[in-house]
Amino acid sequence: MNTKQLYTVIIFSENTVGLLNQITIIFTRRQLNIETLSVSPSAIQGVHKFTITTFAEKDMIDKVVKQIDKRVDILKAYYNTDEDLVHQEIALYKVSAELFMKLKGVEELIRKYNARVLEVNEDCIVLEKSGHYEETQALFLELSRSIGVLQFIRSGRIAITKSKVERLSDMLSAMEKKIQANQ
Amino acid sequence: MDKNVITGSEALLRTLIAEGVDTIFGYPGGQVIPLYDCLYDYSDRLKHILARHEQGATHAAQGYARVSGKTGVVLVTSGPGATNTITGIADAMMDSTPIVVISGQVPSPLLGSDAFQEIDVIGIAQPITKWAYQIRKPEEIAWAVSRAFYIASTGRPGPVVIDFAKDAQIGLVDYVYEKVSRIRSYQPVPEADAEQIKTAARLINEAEKPFALVGQGVILGGAEKELLAFLEKADIPAAATMLGLSAMPSDYRLNKGMLGMHGNVGPNRKTNDCDVLIAIGMRFDDRVTGNLQAYARQAKIIHFDIDLSEIGKNVPVDVSVWGDAKETLPAVTRLLNPATHTEWTGSFAADEQEEYEKVVEKEIHPEGNRPLQMGEVVRKVSDAAESDAILVTDVGQNQMMAVRYFRYNHTRSVVTSGGLGTMGFGLPAAIGAKEGAPDRIVCLFTGDGGLQMTLQELGTIMQEKLDIKIIVLNNNYLGMVRQWQELFFDKRYSATTMANPDFAAIARAYGIRSRKVAKREELDEAIAEMFNSSGAFMLVAEVETHGMVYPMVPAGAAITHIIMGKS
Ligand SMILES: Cc1ncc(C[n+]2csc(CCOP(=O)(O)OP(=O)(O)O)c2C)c(N)n1
Ligand SMILES: [Mg+2]
Repeated sequence: MNTKQLYTVIIFSENTVGLLNQITIIFTRRQLNIETLSVSPSAIQGVHKFTITTFAEKDMIDKVVKQIDKRVDILKAYYNTDEDLVHQEIALYKVSAELFMKLKGVEELIRKYNARVLEVNEDCIVLEKSGHYEETQALFLELSRSIGVLQFIRSGRIAITKSKVERLSDMLSAMEKKIQANQ
Repeated sequence: MDKNVITGSEALLRTLIAEGVDTIFGYPGGQVIPLYDCLYDYSDRLKHILARHEQGATHAAQGYARVSGKTGVVLVTSGPGATNTITGIADAMMDSTPIVVISGQVPSPLLGSDAFQEIDVIGIAQPITKWAYQIRKPEEIAWAVSRAFYIASTGRPGPVVIDFAKDAQIGLVDYVYEKVSRIRSYQPVPEADAEQIKTAARLINEAEKPFALVGQGVILGGAEKELLAFLEKADIPAAATMLGLSAMPSDYRLNKGMLGMHGNVGPNRKTNDCDVLIAIGMRFDDRVTGNLQAYARQAKIIHFDIDLSEIGKNVPVDVSVWGDAKETLPAVTRLLNPATHTEWTGSFAADEQEEYEKVVEKEIHPEGNRPLQMGEVVRKVSDAAESDAILVTDVGQNQMMAVRYFRYNHTRSVVTSGGLGTMGFGLPAAIGAKEGAPDRIVCLFTGDGGLQMTLQELGTIMQEKLDIKIIVLNNNYLGMVRQWQELFFDKRYSATTMANPDFAAIARAYGIRSRKVAKREELDEAIAEMFNSSGAFMLVAEVETHGMVYPMVPAGAAITHIIMGKS
């Protein structure tokens, strides 16, 4: 129970100013490092979705997520482990065009990693790969070893639960029903 | 001009009135001058109390809210006006007190530019508020202000900050009040889970030694009657947290006293002896539990709370009853079998007797040659007020003695800073308490240290002609810190002695009657004089300099590790 593991915290919120701060201070107070963070509009109009990964103990993540969920502008917060999720990160790699062209087996490399070429110009080539951390990291290491990577960037994790529906839509529809019943 | 087209300032005041506000605690300044100008026309409907410092205004609003159940309102200017409220806001957050703090802000085009007296109030306030919002346009006022009151006062109450840009105060708006009574992302009162109610009732029905811990949640939920019905039906002894005091009358047969570091011996010991521990609207603060590893390990724990994030936060629970105590308590009570636990409830008497002999007697009936003791002053004042008064305290030994020895007949009779332990809380909170309950006697107990943190509020008392009885328990020490130094730091009194002014003379300078008392023979008469004089009075009791608050559970020790006195 006292071992840390990676949790993905998924938060749906109203799209109001200053929400990210409200969320991060709760992590900070509990001394949890945010590993990755991604924020974007969700499928429901006006609702934002935060996907945050962090290493924590189960007991701790449970408390932290409850404290996040309690904030007035948060619609719903929950957490999952990797087994419950389909998740991806996207990585971009900038390499020297000259060295890349000289590299043997470039095509196999691209195929092996299921990468894509996004940009080719005189100076550099930009590759893109999405996948789990280990996968994007593996390509990074391989390129670093062979020709060097000029620039590298990896996005925060995005994730979708394997269960049938997003819990938020359940919650919102239950709420609508209640309001109608009260009218 | 259409009479509904009004300035933002007026829209704010109209919204306050629509929300039932009639009293504001505040302090003007550059970024709220338009608002104060408008207030001038509304002075027949909105009483403004000018504090002497914005911290004072905030604590006063807290005192007002705590005794009245209404939301306290604070109005201050930007920058230093706003930062001065932070301690009070944090205190209100810790102690679940509904207040709305409205701070002026620089005009919105200047935001972010380090303009004169600009400060990021929202950024500062977010960690210590339920909600913080900046109004930049007059159109937002109706919505945001009503929302502020809804959030502050519902569910687990707390502070809300509204940062009000000056251009929004001046700008015109076609105003219509819109009551906010629902926010889709916020569920103040959860629906109780029938299964949990059943499980809780079953556990209590099976219990032989049930014990209830009563927190402020009972008072905030207005569930005092429901609590008594619950305790009565199954004959459950109970004890209160400091903030839960007065939810049950002091002389109620099942009220076994106060929990925690300086609480009563019986309740602390029985916590580790009961078989079912029933926590109601309390949050297992470390000052209540002591070492968690040694806390109620033998008991099944049922936790009633409105705030899900409190359930299981500090103490793992067996049954969580998430909901409003006013609904959940009766729901459980209905399923309880009438029971009597005569032997168990009677078993508190031995602990009580032991505490009386080792601690209480010496404190309230000290031997004639000893200096005045804090406890005896408190008990005499309480008796003279026939247990009907509101007790307001500061922080330190004076606080612990006051809450230990004061007695209560009515709910909402204790106003004290619990979670934050804010010295300087007492005097301004007493002002708010008197405003919130003008027909009740308000007795403030404060220390020589804490009094001087917000002493200037004597000016507010003078100006408002408030009838507040101020009892200074003057030990010429930062007594509570000195107590720790005596017990745990080899009597090395680092920075705890205080050279004090003549407090009685200071009171007189503010036109407040006062009297010093150092002799036991004069105490009764001095207290009588205090209560017989109309208007504010300061009684300066020169108490033992090295007085100690016992019993004491050292910080971090098991709750049953109780020091009863000097060995
Ligand atoms: C604002 C603030 N500063 C410091 C403290 C730490 N503190 C707790 S009790 C205490 C001593 C209080 O002295 P006094 O007001 O004279 O009360 P006494 O304990 O002597 O009754 C101090 C310094 C505090 N609680 N609040
Ligand atoms: Mg003192």
